[in-house]
Amino acid sequence: MYDNLWLIPLFPFIGFLINGLLGKKIKNEKVIGSIATLAIFSSFLVSCNYFLKLLGDTEKVHEVIVCNWMTVGTLQVDWGFLLDPLSALMIMNVTGLSTLIHLYSIGYMHGEEGYFRFFSYLNLFSFAMLMLVLGNNALVMFVGWEGVGLCSYLLIGYYYEKKSASDAGKKAFIVNRVGDFGFLLGLFTLFWSLGNEGVWTIRFTEISANAHLLENGGIIVTVITLCFFLGATGKSAQIPLYTWLPDAMEGPTPVSALIHAATMVTAGVYMIARMNGLFAMAPDTMMVIAIVGASTALFAATIGLAQNDIKRVLAYSTVSQLGYMFLAMGVGAFGAGIFHLLTHAFFKACLFLGSGSVIHGMHHAYHHAHLDDDAQDMRNMGGLRKKMPITFITFLLSTLAISGIPFFSGFFSKDEILWWSFASTRGHWALWLMGALAALMTAFYMFRLVFMTFFGEQKTDARAKDHIPESPLVITLPLMILAALATVGGFMGIPHVLGNLLGHVPNMIDNFLAPVFEHTQHLHEIHAHGSAATEFTFMGISVGIAVVGIGTAWLLYCKNQELPGKIVAKFPRLHRAIYNKWYIDEFYDALIVNPTKKLGTALWLFFDVRIVDGLVNGLGWIVKGSGRALRYTQTGYTHNYAMSMVVGVVVIIAVCVFN
Amino acid sequence: MELLQLFFFYLVAFVAILSGFCVITCKNPINSAISLVMTFFCLAIFYVMLHAPFMAAVQIMVYAGAIMVLIIFVMMLLNQGSEVVSRYRHAVTGAFVAAGLMMVQVIITIKQGDVSSTVGPINSEVIETVGHTELIGQAMFTEFLLPFELASILLLVAIVGAVVLAKREV
Amino acid sequence: MITITHYMVLSAILFSMGTVGVLTRKNAIVVFMCVELMLNSVNLTFIALSSHLGNMDGQIFVFFIMTVAAAEAAVGLALMIAFFRNSDSIDVEDFSLLKW
Repeated sequence: MYDNLWLIPLFPFIGFLINGLLGKKIKNEKVIGSIATLAIFSSFLVSCNYFLKLLGDTEKVHEVIVCNWMTVGTLQVDWGFLLDPLSALMIMNVTGLSTLIHLYSIGYMHGEEGYFRFFSYLNLFSFAMLMLVLGNNALVMFVGWEGVGLCSYLLIGYYYEKKSASDAGKKAFIVNRVGDFGFLLGLFTLFWSLGNEGVWTIRFTEISANAHLLENGGIIVTVITLCFFLGATGKSAQIPLYTWLPDAMEGPTPVSALIHAATMVTAGVYMIARMNGLFAMAPDTMMVIAIVGASTALFAATIGLAQNDIKRVLAYSTVSQLGYMFLAMGVGAFGAGIFHLLTHAFFKACLFLGSGSVIHGMHHAYHHAHLDDDAQDMRNMGGLRKKMPITFITFLLSTLAISGIPFFSGFFSKDEILWWSFASTRGHWALWLMGALAALMTAFYMFRLVFMTFFGEQKTDARAKDHIPESPLVITLPLMILAALATVGGFMGIPHVLGNLLGHVPNMIDNFLAPVFEHTQHLHEIHAHGSAATEFTFMGISVGIAVVGIGTAWLLYCKNQELPGKIVAKFPRLHRAIYNKWYIDEFYDALIVNPTKKLGTALWLFFDVRIVDGLVNGLGWIVKGSGRALRYTQTGYTHNYAMSMVVGVVVIIAVCVFN
Repeated sequence: MELLQLFFFYLVAFVAILSGFCVITCKNPINSAISLVMTFFCLAIFYVMLHAPFMAAVQIMVYAGAIMVLIIFVMMLLNQGSEVVSRYRHAVTGAFVAAGLMMVQVIITIKQGDVSSTVGPINSEVIETVGHTELIGQAMFTEFLLPFELASILLLVAIVGAVVLAKREV
Repeated sequence: MITITHYMVLSAILFSMGTVGVLTRKNAIVVFMCVELMLNSVNLTFIALSSHLGNMDGQIFVFFIMTVAAAEAAVGLALMIAFFRNSDSIDVEDFSLLKW
């Protein structure tokens, strides 16, 4: 019934092969774009089919083994796929968004150098991401994990002639390597420690079924989960490994939307949800996750307050929102985390694509006016709502969603996370406070972005301001679909208190995901002061926070536009610190990057030149010397060769006959 | 009668060894060649004694006739004359030691060895009734037909090769 | 009574003499003749054993050896002529281009 799951990753892979191998010959942009989009769209259709099937099925967990990959001693690894509610939601998310963004890219990437390259990478990315979410064991997941890292590198460095882009690609790749290292270490330790208990496996179903064999809260399980969490921080841009994500905005905007907002960066969240049984057994790790998530949410939000590059604001917002998801994971609200993952994918993808539409328009205008201004700097924008009405409306809807205005999708998911961070057995009011502060800043900087970009007077250069067009339908259509999803997507996870109020509307997403998190149900018990009244109070507080944030933004960037300058003048050091991202990059450079470089140079000069080269050259000298000595045996005289043959015969007879 | 046969064998063997010795010691290559012809004749006599008259005939025709004539012809063509300087003494000594060792080893092996394997159907009576040439022919054109044909190709290649090598530069 | 051993010892003696010739003589044609001597001693072994065992295979083999010897004589002597034409000598010690 679920036998053909492998079709889902297969389609994008075929698309990748066609565009990657033949794209240079095809040349026609429309054909290339259609092939890629069709490939991912077919995979979306198949995913829909299986998703609907799973909805109507009582049995919710299905494993399909395609073939054996390797058998090494007690370790058997298959190319296997796992379809359960979690991966079903993820494949819908990945294929659906991917399809929309492929469609968008047809318009956005029009006329770019290496058009086919872009689409083949994008398809390869979809393939790897689907392997990641569908893999039934940790190694297949790791294949996808590395694959998405590779594609991220390739796509960030898409404009590889540009130094900053190739540097950003390298940075992303190297920082991700640190995380991957953690992932592998965790995997090894898990395999070894489960093996010590007699279960040699890396299959997720068996891992969660046998996790109880490990000591609950013991050192081993803590180490394993911390290693996995290190992997997650690398891929999902959390403290301390978040620095690559803002730089990753050097890539084309659709890439930022797909990889660095909606899908790849959520891989860490997905991985923790996938191994929730294991993580639930390590309360210390969970606490670390919750603290790291909350700090990241708050920290990234502060940086987002003062950035002027439209995409950078969104990047820090992504880091911040990912922090929310980790906060949810850390307090045991796995369902809420996944829910936020989905809603975030909708509105953040829409925001990125909207910013792409704005950049596209600005770029077009500058190009038309032969200007070389920065098309991404918000200080050059303003008043765009009349020029780009569709972009504006969709962007506004998504911004409302991310700010947590009631009945938009972000409200439900963010509120659920905040509630759990306070009310869960593993929650704490401090976590809630950090999350709430981050929410305040989110509302502020997102509306700052909207006001600076779409409201007020046009600050664009006079020669360019009249040439900003609305983007074509191929760009605005995905925007509209995503905005609609961002608006209503939240209704799949209506909180229980609200549901009860509206007459027993169920929380669909929680119910659907329940089989995945059955081992961790006990975490969902609410401690003493969690009641419906408190929950409503908290809901009210978060709405109030959002409104305050929006109001402040309106005050500063619409009503009284001199005020921000005054504030900056009053706290110049603080502003400079925030504007320079708290000097974290400089700090890392001084602490890690430069010492590593120096170590590398030292090792090169000492170890490589002296020892390795010396060894190789030494071997060469030995061979050369012995050759020089032995060549005198080659006299060239026939007699000598004949003589050695005869001696050989004598020796052979002696050995054979007289032995 | 048997004693006479043995005497005859020793006589011929002595001649063969003596002429072989001349082959390797004569300064003039023509003398070596004539001695070698003598050795070939002695071997032909042995073949007859071993009930292989056809092989004896071929021995005389191919070796003593064709090959030796060719060798002597080349010698005359090159007109080298006697070897003036012989090889270094220690090289000659080494050659004698090695070859002597090999001979001793082989003779010991032969003395120790035992050739009482299964005896085939061809004895002297069969050879006399059927005829040696016919027996060779039967074997050659039935069981060994393919090697026979391959040998013809080998000879063809040798002919072509010899012509190409010996021809003056075009 | 002439036994198989007589023939084989004789053959061994002839073979060793041929070896000595190959190793001591300088004239390439004489070396070549010594090789023929060695081949003939092997032929003698083959025919002696063939008649001793009542089997024709050895004699057929001798036939082929003779074929190869003939081919070898043709090619070898042609090589010598070619070499002589180049260096005006057929001394084996002049055949030493293959050294260091």
